[in-house]
Amino acid sequence: MSVAAQARPVLRVVEHHVLVYRRTWRGTLFSTFFSPILFLAAIGIGLGTFIDDANPAGIEGVGYLAFLAPGLLVAQAMQTAAFESTYPVMAGIRWLKTYVAMILSPLDTRHVATGQLIWTGLRVTFGAVIFAAVMAVFGAIEPGRAVLLLPVAALTGLAFAAPIQAFAAAQKNDSAFASLFRFVITPMFIFSGTFFPVTQLPELLQVVAYLTPLWHAVALARAIALDMVDPLLAVINVTYLAAFAVVGLLVSYRTFGQKLAE
Amino acid sequence: MSSVSSAPLIHARGLTKRFGDLTAVDAVDFDVQPGEAFGFLGPNGAGKTSTMRMIGCISPVTAGTLRVLGMDPATQGSTIRGRLGVVPQQDTLDMELTVLENLLIYGRYFDLSYKEARRRATELLAFVQLSDRADDEVEPLSGGMKRRLTIARGLINEPEMMLLDEPTTGLDPQARHLVWERLYRLKKQGVTLILTTHYMDEAEQLCDRLVVMDKARIVAQGSPRELVAQHSSREVLELRFDDGVTLDLDGRLDGLVERAEHLPDRWLLYGDDGDATSEAIHALGYRPVSQLVRRSSLEDVFLRLTGRTLIE
Repeated sequence: MSVAAQARPVLRVVEHHVLVYRRTWRGTLFSTFFSPILFLAAIGIGLGTFIDDANPAGIEGVGYLAFLAPGLLVAQAMQTAAFESTYPVMAGIRWLKTYVAMILSPLDTRHVATGQLIWTGLRVTFGAVIFAAVMAVFGAIEPGRAVLLLPVAALTGLAFAAPIQAFAAAQKNDSAFASLFRFVITPMFIFSGTFFPVTQLPELLQVVAYLTPLWHAVALARAIALDMVDPLLAVINVTYLAAFAVVGLLVSYRTFGQKLAE
Repeated sequence: MSSVSSAPLIHARGLTKRFGDLTAVDAVDFDVQPGEAFGFLGPNGAGKTSTMRMIGCISPVTAGTLRVLGMDPATQGSTIRGRLGVVPQQDTLDMELTVLENLLIYGRYFDLSYKEARRRATELLAFVQLSDRADDEVEPLSGGMKRRLTIARGLINEPEMMLLDEPTTGLDPQARHLVWERLYRLKKQGVTLILTTHYMDEAEQLCDRLVVMDKARIVAQGSPRELVAQHSSREVLELRFDDGVTLDLDGRLDGLVERAEHLPDRWLLYGDDGDATSEAIHALGYRPVSQLVRRSSLEDVFLRLTGRTLIE
């Protein structure tokens, strides 16, 4: 099977998501636009003023807003990806059964899973465009560098979306999703270097933080934003995130297949 | 139709589906010819839906042979699905899209251009009498309208064969008749129909030929008329008695009654002449609360073959 022959049905699945989004995008406006503004204003500027006053040398040599914003951008990518890969996947398989309808056509479960992942990647990227624009307006980054953060956000989105959609497809109901957010996503959000360098953590927790994909995403985004890229570390960050995306997608082929085509 | 089309559209031998320890379909054999309306009749859990899902190339075959449109579902599932129209048991319509959009996006899954999808969708909405609802949301539609929309969706690729899993379950009588009438028109147009049902009247109305399934196996097959002729008598006398009255024939109506069935609420006496049987029952001193003479139906066939009624 050629890649081109497989790309077409995958695009049809993405098309479905675009069509649905055309009717539902208004409901996502608040979280997409206002949450970055609120976060950057409250934490970056409000709390940041205190931090910068107490710490004139800055964190890693820059003010708190510049330190925080790139991390927050990829953390938002993670959260969008996690949300888009849980409830909508449950809806597609069990609640609205839109995926069930898809596989009655020439589309198969792999097309459905791949299309879902690509769509989540697009949603995350769209959110990141808004976030990066808000960052530039707040003076947290030069506009030219902000553009470079978009692929990082997209990769972060895929790294989280792929394993989470694999997990979501295997669930009988949505009860595990609350635990996923409470015990995985939120702790990662707080402790993976977004708000403070992980070197502040006890040594054992530092090791845990380095193993989280979000730490790699934050490190990469911050290095690009602050023009401090270490090529070797960047390659490790990208590889680590890509591995999550690829393995996650392969597992989701399995779980989507088991739930839809048995 | 060309002479090539005499090859069966579906060919199944020893077709089996197992889920772990549960055997849902146990080595069934059947063929479906082009242009036929072919039915699977049986109670819930008999294996009808599992059989349909294998034919629809959604659920892999566990054992046995299955050919659909001459192809093997294991290797050519996508190509086969491209030529089938499927109406699943649950409508699976997209509640977030309008009636028309549901058809358009479905046409896209079959690789139609938007222009062509729109042309067919408009035609199909007229066919299922939903043209005036084209731009409405799906959610507020009635059950019968949703069912008709699902049928329209299944027709968007102009399929050679339609798979309908319980097409009218849960619909009110008026909605059922409208669905039947549309399906009958499709049949007239030469579309092969394969349907499952647990309604004997649906099977009698629509099916040229059917198989009766029970506990994962096919227990009989033939046309509705053949099945009744083979497995039941010409007429049935239905009797209801007051509580506590038991009918004890003790061989006294042997010439009139071939077989008697006792259901929780009534007695069924099978024979060639229901009126004569009724007179004989009265002559024996029984006074039924109500009685009815009717022709044998598929329900009686099913009762005979399995000892149970279709809807329990």
